[in-house]
Amino acid sequence: MTWEPVIGLEIHVQLKTRTKMFCRCLAGFGAGENTQTCPVCLGFPGALPVPNRIAIEWVVKLGLALGCEIAPRAVFARKNYFYPDLPKGYQISQYDLPSCINGKMVVPLLDGQHEVGIVRAHLEEDAAKNVHVGGRTGRIGGAEYTLVDYNRGGTPLVEIVTAPDIRSAEEARRFLQLLRQTIVELGISDAEMEKGTLRVDANVSVRPVGSDELRTRSEIKNMNSFTHIARGIDAEVARQVGVWESGGAVEQSTYDFDVASGTLTARRAKEEADDYRYFPDPDLVPVEPSDELVERMRAELPELPAARIARVAAALDHDRALVLVTGGLDQLWEETVAAGADGHAASNVIANQLVGLSVDPGAVNPAELARLVGARDRIPRAVFDEALAQVGAPAFSAEPYLAQEAVSDTSALEPIVDAVLAASPAQVEQFRGGKEGLLGFFVGQVMKETKGQADPRVVNELVRARLGVGLQSDT
Amino acid sequence: MSALVDTLRTTAEEALGLLERGDVSAAELHAAYLDAIGERDGELHAYLRTADYDGASGIPIALKDVISTKGLGTTAGSKILEHYVPVFDATVAARCRESGLSVLGKTNTDEFAMGSSTENSAFGPSRNPWDPSRVPGGSGGGTASAVSAGLAPWGLGSDTGGSIKQPSALCGNVGLRPTYGTVSRYGIVAFASSLDQVGPVAKTVRDTALLYRIVSGRDPSDSTTVELPEAVELPTADRLDGLRVGVPRQAMALEAIEPGVRAAFEHVLRLAEELGARVSECELPISYDYGMPCYYLIAPAEASSNLARYDGVRYGLRSEGETYRAMVERTRDDGFGDEPKRRIMLGTYALSAGYYDAYYGQAQRVRTLLVREHAAAFEDVEVIATPTSPTVAFPIGDKAADPLAMYACDLLTIPSCLAGLPGLSVPCGFSEGLPVGLQLLAPQFGENTLFRAGHALEQALDLDLVPERLR
Repeated sequence: MTWEPVIGLEIHVQLKTRTKMFCRCLAGFGAGENTQTCPVCLGFPGALPVPNRIAIEWVVKLGLALGCEIAPRAVFARKNYFYPDLPKGYQISQYDLPSCINGKMVVPLLDGQHEVGIVRAHLEEDAAKNVHVGGRTGRIGGAEYTLVDYNRGGTPLVEIVTAPDIRSAEEARRFLQLLRQTIVELGISDAEMEKGTLRVDANVSVRPVGSDELRTRSEIKNMNSFTHIARGIDAEVARQVGVWESGGAVEQSTYDFDVASGTLTARRAKEEADDYRYFPDPDLVPVEPSDELVERMRAELPELPAARIARVAAALDHDRALVLVTGGLDQLWEETVAAGADGHAASNVIANQLVGLSVDPGAVNPAELARLVGARDRIPRAVFDEALAQVGAPAFSAEPYLAQEAVSDTSALEPIVDAVLAASPAQVEQFRGGKEGLLGFFVGQVMKETKGQADPRVVNELVRARLGVGLQSDT
Repeated sequence: MSALVDTLRTTAEEALGLLERGDVSAAELHAAYLDAIGERDGELHAYLRTADYDGASGIPIALKDVISTKGLGTTAGSKILEHYVPVFDATVAARCRESGLSVLGKTNTDEFAMGSSTENSAFGPSRNPWDPSRVPGGSGGGTASAVSAGLAPWGLGSDTGGSIKQPSALCGNVGLRPTYGTVSRYGIVAFASSLDQVGPVAKTVRDTALLYRIVSGRDPSDSTTVELPEAVELPTADRLDGLRVGVPRQAMALEAIEPGVRAAFEHVLRLAEELGARVSECELPISYDYGMPCYYLIAPAEASSNLARYDGVRYGLRSEGETYRAMVERTRDDGFGDEPKRRIMLGTYALSAGYYDAYYGQAQRVRTLLVREHAAAFEDVEVIATPTSPTVAFPIGDKAADPLAMYACDLLTIPSCLAGLPGLSVPCGFSEGLPVGLQLLAPQFGENTLFRAGHALEQALDLDLVPERLR
């Protein structure tokens, strides 16, 4: 039987508002423990929450970017449970009436595009940070004591829940890249997994291809990069397929992904289901964004990555478009093409080479880059690489580099080719004996002799001609 | 110094007059009340703690011990907060201080304002100045007892289902539970957030209006507050010409109303008619059948969540335990008295998965009906009148062992609380030598109407409200 993964994601995004969700304390990292706190975020008796206006605007903006309907009335509820990082004994979170519902995002895949439904996006407050000291488990159960830093407590979070529409780990990775880029470009979060400002849990089940059933799913937590997410999903899919194929049944469970070993560890099963006793928070009034606010947020939306991918893909392909857009490189690509460069050549240079040189795409003059791209085949490779490394420098000009045309004059190159062949009689013998892979060796030797100044295509032809293989094989 | 001021009879307005004329200083006034407290509070136990004069320019005030006061202990009558000292002032406390009021001390309350007699205070009950063997009502029995016995010119209470109005009635004071949302709850130790309201307790309706003027109005720290649609007026008229007063038929049919209370109430209705009011029957059938059960689902549900923060982690009592869970469980077991525990359990149950719709959800739907029913009644009348409490002050211990009997004390005050409406309790006579209260209800933001009606009746009744044994 062939199996199909069914994957849904729950994504938490920490908003980079200046202050916390329900009080005026500064949000953000770096301050001393418990210095960014007040009676509200410490849950003192009588303290009351007041919602952060910017956070409400930003969740609307994000909802619009994800194609969601914006609820005319969203309600903050209380999620009740005891834990030291939860000072009030409840978390304030939108529950049955979230701010954003029914959105979708189109994910470019190698074989076309796939739509992933966004079930909801809602606002909530983050918990504080526990540090469990002593014990081996890293959990409160086995710890000698626990320290709590309430600086993070009350920071605004948006939780985004997708439909179970994702069919592979690779699709999950691409979806997340696109979502992350969208969030970053909206300017509402840094969305960095390593900093915890973007957190992802995956719900995974499998089913026979062609079926539309939803089988028992498991949840994977603690994955701290897109690569780990993909690995975690692949591992869980393989495990579940194994369970079903051996005649067993998958049980609902939660796994932690262990980065070091790449394996999943089951969390201890709870004896009873959680009952969070949600009810509307009577300290807060419903969030009722005005039409004016929604339209203002809509007007502030930049052209979104998904739309740009579609546009770039028309000239290249979805895969290259995804790389350019999620790398924040598509604007430079478009301007470079507009300045006269070939689309594919520009994409290769920008996505493959420029990124590796740590050049800030925003500092590049596209007209100069276009000239370089156009000359890539004419100037020596070493010169091109050197130019590219400098292309982000102020007042960069391609001119001096373009002047260093590669040596393509056959009369200048022929003696060098002859000298190289004469110096390597054994290799020439092997070549003639059928080891055609040695062609590259001879070309490399000539390039070395000319210190990279020769035009490799011309050298290639010369070597072939001298060795008598003619020009029949099309390079 | 106390000879300068007769604290038993001096109203807040009169005390302000004494200050303005320079007859006494603010420090002397404060001292006079502290002297009275020293003299009588040993018996009454109205205060949990007093405060020294801190340089304020105005007259003194007593604050119920659910109102956070910076640097002055605030226990909500609970052992779990016995040593808790707030680092911030409740908005109402700050507004009092900004108006120059001098905080005399913190008054006793049933634990977390849960009760109708102050017998649920972890620090022992307060006593009724008219008869110290009887309760002062609750939960705000401390403030009511203090104002009645001349231990404060006025005070602030909090009311969830009757905690301002009922003790005011039982001690012979005027008490206002304001329209929900007109007084900030910021810094008030929460019991049931959708019902809690802070309000004044005083000797006269005018004092009550004056204090309401000081504490009311929108607070940026409480997003459920609003600005008053009209300024608070100090009432002056002594007539009620044309005022339409409704008396709910279903309220008067309640057997729980004592004959003496009924007689005093009927007397004040006749007086209202003599002053020009038109009294008629009105209908509130759902309110008196379902108000009480609805309240005892919503209030405990919210309380179960509001009281979750007392976990021993950050402040208040901590009982040691081997694990986090054990510490939390022991802290809450040691720190909470029986009534909060009872309500936490009731409320936790009402919110549980599988029961939410049948209990909390259903109660919210009933609450909506109560709101509509009151709105319909107010289409024909401007004020609704009932007795505040079905009984006069009862002996300490009488109902302490029977929670349902205790809950029934608030039968008449609860429905309008659920509807978010303002209610004023005004003394309207005596039964068995103990004060009886008249409850006047108005539509949202109808406080000025209540003050006008209450003031006219108060003038016409002209009762001596100093407890006989203290005269």
